[in-house]
Amino acid sequence: MGAAIEVVDLAIAYGDLRAVDGVSFEVAEGEFVGILGPNGAGKTSTLEMVEGLRRPDRGTVSVLGRPVWPRNPDLLRRMGVQLQASAFFERLTAREQLRTFASLYGIAATVGDEWLERVGLVDKADTRVEDLSGGQAQRLSLACALVHDPDVVFLDEPTAALDPQARRNLWDLLSGLNDSGRTVVLTTHYMDEAQVLCDRVAIMDAGRILQLDTPAALIADHVPDGTLEDVFLSLTGREYRA
Amino acid sequence: MKRHSTFLALSVAIIKGFVRDKASVFFALIFPLMFLVLFGGIFADQTQSKVDLIAVGDVSLIDDLPNDARAAFDETFDVSTTDDLAGALEDVRKGDADVAVEMAGETLVAHYTQTDQVKAAITQGALRAFVDGANVAASGAPPRFAFEAERVEDDSLSTIQFVTPGLLGWAVAMSASFGAAATLQGWRQSKLLRRLQLAPVSTRTVVGARVAVTIGIALVQMAIFLGLGAAAFGLTLTGSWWMAVPTLVVGTLCFMALGLLAGALTTTTEGAVNAANFMVLPMAFLSGSFFPLDAAPPWLQTLSNLLPLRHLNDAMLDVMVRGEGPAAALAPIGILAGFAIVVTLAAARLFRWETA
Repeated sequence: MGAAIEVVDLAIAYGDLRAVDGVSFEVAEGEFVGILGPNGAGKTSTLEMVEGLRRPDRGTVSVLGRPVWPRNPDLLRRMGVQLQASAFFERLTAREQLRTFASLYGIAATVGDEWLERVGLVDKADTRVEDLSGGQAQRLSLACALVHDPDVVFLDEPTAALDPQARRNLWDLLSGLNDSGRTVVLTTHYMDEAQVLCDRVAIMDAGRILQLDTPAALIADHVPDGTLEDVFLSLTGREYRA
Repeated sequence: MKRHSTFLALSVAIIKGFVRDKASVFFALIFPLMFLVLFGGIFADQTQSKVDLIAVGDVSLIDDLPNDARAAFDETFDVSTTDDLAGALEDVRKGDADVAVEMAGETLVAHYTQTDQVKAAITQGALRAFVDGANVAASGAPPRFAFEAERVEDDSLSTIQFVTPGLLGWAVAMSASFGAAATLQGWRQSKLLRRLQLAPVSTRTVVGARVAVTIGIALVQMAIFLGLGAAAFGLTLTGSWWMAVPTLVVGTLCFMALGLLAGALTTTTEGAVNAANFMVLPMAFLSGSFFPLDAAPPWLQTLSNLLPLRHLNDAMLDVMVRGEGPAAALAPIGILAGFAIVVTLAAARLFRWETA
């Protein structure tokens, strides 16, 4: 299997802050990779450059063998992205939302309706997005990212601010995402989430990738009797960061 | 074909977002219509009311008027009679009546107040004319001179004719700028703008859908204004009124650009709408949307001519109610287009994808 995503020496600075500073990694087709790190580690900036939202100061990104910058509509058609759960059209219902996103990708409205069922929002079909709960909005947002059946999916903190039940409910949806050969990259704060979902995990801090390996290997190498959280803390330090 | 359906889907999404936002609909349609009803319905019949006249005792001069003269007299005066002079004077003093008249021998005595100078002058002039007329009649000689009044249609317009184009201009300026400002801010806040950037849809299609919806809303506003104005308040459009349609379309683009500028300069949706309001409301006053600026001092006229809404209002007045030809709107359309281009370029320079 070839690499779905190739990132070489990526870097971006905001003023004096080197948010991402020489990041390289590859993601194989069908792989589920998580990017873990404390706030301000550069996770979201990395993801945005990989998606093609942000132009890097240095380095290259190719997805499915093609550069992501400049913007390439043919490539965008094969990519699914979830930025945050509020990226919806105002005052549309869940069904209208999915149908609108479907039409942005030239997909039939009925496919949008199928996705309502897959993420368990059929009884919320006529509810406006503003009235959905956090977990429902996350599920709808996920469905909007997947409605065109993309080959590569990027998810930015898909379970942020959810209660434990809603988080586990979303894991069930996420864990099957790469079954059909789809490549998935997600960022998260949650170690247990990364351990459950990801084939490999990149631990980032201060704009660099400290380690990139399977959860089991990371644990074996660093804290043999611990969890991924212990690995994370041993790599990034225990001191409190504002 | 595909681009076409994407454009349609986006337009439908934006229209639904607008129609379901009660505040937007209120400020785009209901609020300006309230002003139209206010100006067109309440201030339309603002003519001088009749003079309240109390005839004390037997006022033969009035009682003995021939029928046609009496009819003319009643056009000016609302006559009531009493025998109580003191009471009548008290009524005049309190403003309940404008004048009390009594006969003192052969003399008609009028007791009036100077509170309302216009009415006082009308009262004196009219009563003197009737006395003079009675004198001529009493002399038995045929009158040598005659008087005839002929009304000339003047340039000033009736209230509804004047306020409809101006209020329509204000309504369109408001909804176009608020809509653009709120959409830009709202989509930026929710990251929908970023999300659309990662969808295979061109910027042209997204902007085109938003522009098409705003122009559609402006044309609906126009239809409602003209329909209500004509049906309820006697608005009559003149020959080239259709020229107001392209004028309004270019005006809409101009105010969308101002809304984008407001959206680019601010960081919250509320801030963006407030900034748009801050530009549009004073401009409406200074552009003659609510009242004519003929009496305004020259510096204000100059300032007014620098504002796009002034040109939108003038062009619509010219073609909709002043009977000017379609060419009258061409220069204002050019000015509005110029404003639109300059402001759009400024907004594009200040544009940010995110509220950082």
